[in-house]
Amino acid sequence: MSSTTDSDVQPKGERTGLAALVFDSHARSLFFQAILALIIIGMIYLALQNAAANLAAQNKEFGFDFFDRPSDIQVLTTFGTWLVGYEAGESTVFDIFMVSIANTLIVSIVGIFFATIWGFLMGIFRLSSNFVLRSFATIYVELLRNIPLLLQIFFWAALLRLVAPSERGTYGTLVPGLFQFDVKGIYGPYPIVEPGFWMTIVAFLAACVGAWFYARQAKKKQDATGQPSPVFRVSLALIVLVPTVVYLITGRPITLEWPNFVTEGPVFRRGFELGIGSYIAPEFMALFLALFTYTAAFIAEIVRAGIQAVPKGQSEAAAALGLTDGQAMRKVILPQAFRVIVPPLTSQYLNLTKNSSLAAAIGYPELVAVFAGTILNQVGKAIEIIAIVILVYLTISLLTSAFMNWFNNRVALVER
Amino acid sequence: MKTKLMTVAVAAACAAGAAGAATLDDVKAAGVLKCGVSQGLPGFSATNDAGEWTGIDVDYCKALAAAVLGDANAVEYVSLSAKDRFTALSSGEIDVLSRNTTWTITRDTDLGISFVGVNYYDGQGMMVPAGLGIKSAMELDGATICTNTGTTTELNITDYFQQHGMEFQLVALENSDEVIAAYGSGRCDVFTTDRSGVAAERLKLADPDAHVVLPETISKEPLGPSVRAGDEQWMKIARWVLNGVVEAEEYGISSENIEEMKSSENPSVQRILGVGDNNYGEPLGLDAEFIARAVEQVGNYGEMYERNVGPNTPLKLDRGVNELWTNGGLMYAPPIR
Repeated sequence: MSSTTDSDVQPKGERTGLAALVFDSHARSLFFQAILALIIIGMIYLALQNAAANLAAQNKEFGFDFFDRPSDIQVLTTFGTWLVGYEAGESTVFDIFMVSIANTLIVSIVGIFFATIWGFLMGIFRLSSNFVLRSFATIYVELLRNIPLLLQIFFWAALLRLVAPSERGTYGTLVPGLFQFDVKGIYGPYPIVEPGFWMTIVAFLAACVGAWFYARQAKKKQDATGQPSPVFRVSLALIVLVPTVVYLITGRPITLEWPNFVTEGPVFRRGFELGIGSYIAPEFMALFLALFTYTAAFIAEIVRAGIQAVPKGQSEAAAALGLTDGQAMRKVILPQAFRVIVPPLTSQYLNLTKNSSLAAAIGYPELVAVFAGTILNQVGKAIEIIAIVILVYLTISLLTSAFMNWFNNRVALVER
Repeated sequence: MKTKLMTVAVAAACAAGAAGAATLDDVKAAGVLKCGVSQGLPGFSATNDAGEWTGIDVDYCKALAAAVLGDANAVEYVSLSAKDRFTALSSGEIDVLSRNTTWTITRDTDLGISFVGVNYYDGQGMMVPAGLGIKSAMELDGATICTNTGTTTELNITDYFQQHGMEFQLVALENSDEVIAAYGSGRCDVFTTDRSGVAAERLKLADPDAHVVLPETISKEPLGPSVRAGDEQWMKIARWVLNGVVEAEEYGISSENIEEMKSSENPSVQRILGVGDNNYGEPLGLDAEFIARAVEQVGNYGEMYERNVGPNTPLKLDRGVNELWTNGGLMYAPPIR
């Protein structure tokens, strides 16, 4: 198109030599792109050279051999230390790296799970015809999303310390008969799996497959005869009942290990005994509560926007066809809302994961606090460590995006 | 904070000239000394009611500014967490780090910084609630301990507990106010940092008398200022300003009597003050009176100590090992001659 423009502007005839090149839009764009590429390469080269020169000036060498160094730092008992089996003095810096990644991942996964449920609930409440529910959701969203997250993390950390019993040997009840807590953490039973439990798992998988077949048959039947089947109830019954029965028949192959609260001996040995039962650090709870309530506020708005994006005629048409409100929501509104909801939902998941790095402020040992903090301070390899941390966050984020894109393709309305 | 680290890393990668040489020229050109201090440790570096920085570490910055720029107030204070301090120095964000920092071989060699001396000999101490009846650190088996992240205390405490076959939990927080708050709430049984720090942080608790400092000192913590590695001239300036204020105390030169001392017959005093033909500042790129200015505007080492952490301050710390060597302490500056 541009060549015709050129010939329009220059009707006097063909140019030759350099002039032809200058006025050839294709050659011109190639020229400018080459210059841009050269500038970028030059800047990267300069940055690398400066980094190398500065490292040399500071007697530092570039390298990753610090990963093999023994690590003599004590890390707070969390999911990561449990998973990796971390022992101060015996583990390496690489183990600490794994511990910190595990801690970042667990708080992100649990946070995303609860943020999604709570966010969808709040989003639907905001559109509810019930005044109390609607007002509650509105206040919740406006309050939570307008206060800086770091402040909320500090708030939850301080609140947990305030609410929990601080005196040694006194415990509050979180879930009657299961979980107790004090200012040092939450204590509960730990399930010990015994041989024979695999049969329950097989039963569970078999029930899932059965439910899937049933759902397929029901759909065929409905397509052929128009008769609906109670798919949800049957599937639920299959998935819950079959494994439970197998579990009971095989003689309950899970025993619960209850926490042991020592009352005698050295003062600091009294209370919860580490290694028996399960333990959740208050730092994890504070971070988890802050992250999921904060992100849920944003998800609620996304859900509300998604539902409102579906034209009102759709629900009216569904009602005219005789669908109930619930059926209309599940079969007509939500499938159409999902294609609006999922893409921004992905962003919120990524945000939650990245926001978990604020945990350094309250002492939860995740990637930035431990690896880009304590370890960076001990080994001094700023460029290498920050590069690794960037790579880890990038990998987590890209994997999350990839999964959500796959999910989006599945739920997106197929237009015919 | 993550973004801060990133900035620092990027700065380390890109700021070629800044991290190069001739810090002295940069400081003179800027007309202000950028000094890294703590986020608020009473007695060492903290802001007073008027919003001015005070403390023994702050006084060192002032002395250095007085020596180099002629004005003790030409200092720009950069408040740093324990975690960010070394990167801030090695990347050129600050000119000198005077932030109750322990001198160790790893830090002196691996982190791209050089220590210039010691301005406070400290050791790691521990504080527990008095009500528990704990008398010694050997009774701490199983305790939960709060400390600052990115410090030597984090390492020492692990060493100490492993040596004695004791178990413990460590809660490492970034901001010292958060550390003492966590301890105050009962999240931790023990608060640990340098003894001077324990004394200072104890004052922040609701009822300081309900907490006792255990007798054990579990480590050597020589605290001192440091500069970026690779600039020998600047390192020597920083070192000799520190030595100068200690020498000044040894020869009885203080901010009050310095005018009289300038006419002293004692050749050592004349050398310190740069009187007559004595000019020890020139090889450093300074003038003859660089120590005299530091003492005149800020004071000698003894004055700095008494003013900020001594027995007449809220910290009530005796001179102890920080006395001059002539009084049985460790403060021993190489001679100025």
